Amino acid sequence: MNSKRMVTAVAAGAAVVMGLSACGGGTSSNGGATNGNGGGNTPAFNAALKSTFNPSDKKGGIVKIANAGTWDSLDPGETYYGYSWNFLRLYGRSLVMFKPAPGGGSNELVPDLAEKLGEPSDGGKTWTYKLRKGIKFEDGTAVTSKDVKYAVLRSTDKETFPNGPAYFEGYLSLPEGYKGPYKSKGVNTDSAIETPDDSTIVFHLKQAFGGFDYFAQLPQTAPVPEAKDTGAKYREHVISTGPYKFDKNEIDKGFNLVRNDQWDASTDPNRKALPDGYQVSMNVNADDIDNRLISGDLDIDIAGTGVQPASLSRVLGDPALKANADNPTIARLWYTSINPTVAPFDNKACREAIEYAADRTAYQTAYGGTFSGGDIATTLLPPQIPGAQKFDLYPAGADSKGDVTKAKAKLTECGKPDGFETNISYRAERPKEKATAEALQQSLQRVGIKLTLKAFPQGDYFSQFAGNPPYVKANNLGLAINGWGADWNDGFGFLSQIVDSRVIRETGGSSNTSVRIPEVDSMLDAAIGETDKGKREGDWGAIDKRVMEEAVILPGVHAKSLLVRSKRLSNVFISEAYGMYDYLSLGIA
Amino acid sequence: MPATVITYIIRRLVAAIVLLFIVSAVTFSIFFLMPKLLGATPETLATRYVGRAATADTVRETAERLGFYDPIYKQYADWVGGIFAGADYSYGSGVEHCPAPCLGYSFRNNQPVWPDLIDRLPVTLSLASGAAVLWLLGGVAVGTLSALRKGTIFDRAAMSVSLAGVSLPIFFTGLLSLSIFSYNLGWTAVGGAYTPFLDDPGQWAYNLLLPWITLALLFSAQYARLTRAGMLETMNEDFIRTARAKGLPERTVVVRHGLRGALTPILTIFGLDVGLLLGGAVLTESAFSLQGLGKYAIDGITNYDLPKVMGVTILAAFFIVIANLVVDLLYAVVDPRVRAK
Repeated sequence: MNSKRMVTAVAAGAAVVMGLSACGGGTSSNGGATNGNGGGNTPAFNAALKSTFNPSDKKGGIVKIANAGTWDSLDPGETYYGYSWNFLRLYGRSLVMFKPAPGGGSNELVPDLAEKLGEPSDGGKTWTYKLRKGIKFEDGTAVTSKDVKYAVLRSTDKETFPNGPAYFEGYLSLPEGYKGPYKSKGVNTDSAIETPDDSTIVFHLKQAFGGFDYFAQLPQTAPVPEAKDTGAKYREHVISTGPYKFDKNEIDKGFNLVRNDQWDASTDPNRKALPDGYQVSMNVNADDIDNRLISGDLDIDIAGTGVQPASLSRVLGDPALKANADNPTIARLWYTSINPTVAPFDNKACREAIEYAADRTAYQTAYGGTFSGGDIATTLLPPQIPGAQKFDLYPAGADSKGDVTKAKAKLTECGKPDGFETNISYRAERPKEKATAEALQQSLQRVGIKLTLKAFPQGDYFSQFAGNPPYVKANNLGLAINGWGADWNDGFGFLSQIVDSRVIRETGGSSNTSVRIPEVDSMLDAAIGETDKGKREGDWGAIDKRVMEEAVILPGVHAKSLLVRSKRLSNVFISEAYGMYDYLSLGIA
Repeated sequence: MPATVITYIIRRLVAAIVLLFIVSAVTFSIFFLMPKLLGATPETLATRYVGRAATADTVRETAERLGFYDPIYKQYADWVGGIFAGADYSYGSGVEHCPAPCLGYSFRNNQPVWPDLIDRLPVTLSLASGAAVLWLLGGVAVGTLSALRKGTIFDRAAMSVSLAGVSLPIFFTGLLSLSIFSYNLGWTAVGGAYTPFLDDPGQWAYNLLLPWITLALLFSAQYARLTRAGMLETMNEDFIRTARAKGLPERTVVVRHGLRGALTPILTIFGLDVGLLLGGAVLTESAFSLQGLGKYAIDGITNYDLPKVMGVTILAAFFIVIANLVVDLLYAVVDPRVRAK
């Protein structure tokens, strides 16, 4: 059985299982409270969305966590999963962090290893941080600024740490040809990072970057002691600076975190460290995770992307279960690229015809509807990103099913009154993308635009097909199903990789396949260098609008997920910064 | 042991080694030669091992480190060489020696494949052996009784249940049984639970009881139907009539003469099934979150971690070959006609 058929069969089987076992579902003291934003300790739908559910300072207990897959890496230098960044704060402290607070409060950056946020100088090209005193590694040695510098430098070695983000090597003023401390041993890197004393670290950038504190919150700034660095194998035993350390780590199977007796609460205003430890299992059946969450045998599905399709109707259909669920919006946009390099999309009016003709409701349905799919999007920036503006340049009618009249008018304007033919690509392994392509095929057909569906393997989707400009042009891939999640909730974190034309590589590999607007590039540069937070956030909204004016992206949905809240947990709240439960503040009730 | 038998075993073992080489060459070709023939370059192959932020330089260096610029025969020779002599792999700050038999090195988690396989083998072995005992005993017993009571309600009911057993996929029965017996009734262990046999045999059996039963249900159905058909045929043979005519008790006739004759095809399929399962009971391990060879292979496939897939493939081929050899030898024990030849 091929994997696709197997997945379908598993999903179908699981759906029946969930249905059959629904009668044995969980119970709740509140039979069906569905009003949102409750907080307190009465179970209600979305009770942990904007406030803390079941607040408590009770210590003790073990939080049980499962992962349907495996971590990309536990090494702070090379992990790139959102849940991993959320979880890593239990054993690693970066210079800056997102505030552990419910809802929008979590988007605020607060100092962690550092005494305060970064101090810019030289017009935003130099950033200085002072470290708090008294912070130690799990072996009792004091953390110094040199450990932070070493951690950042090693993370720039992308051959050894391929999974991590590449912001530091892109922006730091590193010596030409620098390849990290293993291959460029002994090379002076003071041009990029200086450590004038044990508690001061100074970053020098190639260009001004107003939002450098966002870089400083990356796990890559969590200190690594050079003497204990084991390269790519460091992930097997990361030396902790947080309230917990690794006790047992079986690669790809699971690990335990226990209390780190060298962590001093007086140096850390952000962590409560309530549980005695964490027990994590990996490679656990995803449907079984849902079952265990609902039965109370498990506390957290670490991925934080929501329940499986088989559990969705079960949770939503049972008032008691629904009262123990939350439905956060994730900083992710599912969208379709409209490639202006493919005729007739070189004509703006033809692109606008797509924007008007698309059935937005069908797009939303293809992604799973309101609860697990998301909200219909008319902009690029998800609403929780500071600076996001609400606008709709291509109204799709009261029912959001598209404006056929305006679409036909745009087709006439672009010289194709009877429509045209083009191809639409999607990732073969993603049923939701296929459903989206089919939905667009149907809705665009209403105005004479005929789409032919082209499926490509997701592993090579951007490198060889939809993100490879010569291939796109040669194979008439006018439309490409796409998606993007912010590295962090900020305009730069969201927009830079999908609207900057300079990230497009002729050899392929970029997620930006359609936005080639020089004016937008300039706007991005100006925003990136802006150190005034308010002005910078205003710039992101303006960029969003400018891109939409060119009609090179058809926004689909701003993603949402349905999370089940374990009945064993206290201090549960959604962190908007991560789009899932905050893993740092949890306790056992 | 007679010299002819020893010669036979040696001949089969040599054939097995040749077969393993063929399997390894074919598997290697599928993963490394086919993509090249379909237009993949060393760089495009390497993009699967670098992150999304990789530069062209990083991709090139990774392709070089993984040997993708070498001719395919050299890549294969290096891999085979690792099995006999071991190999060295860089992990950034140092070099790790992967001792023989080095079946490759995972560049996703920076671990040699062989220790991982050995680590996961007991899980798969435990799962397969326990389930095999259950399905063999259950299947043969039900099949024999059905044959002896052909046309009765028991026969019809047993065959209907076995048909359902064959029809129900393991990811359905697995998740359903977990939901009912583990999470609702609390009678059995939760998914993913495994205790090594030597640590606590009781807990080992308790944790694996549900996966055993679920897996056995699937296989025993097949064995029951096969045994029934074989028994029906054998019980009509002349030698059965002769045995009865000699005045042998019915139990002796059925067990020593009838069942023995019907067992040969059962043994053949049993060897193949056990051999296959030892290479990883993929669906059962996935449904019950057991960290065995099947789950390891799935993980390798999902993450394009080809050395893992290669390792499991070779090990699975080895088990199938060995299981077949054992079955061939057991023929002689079960069926006197084979011994005579």
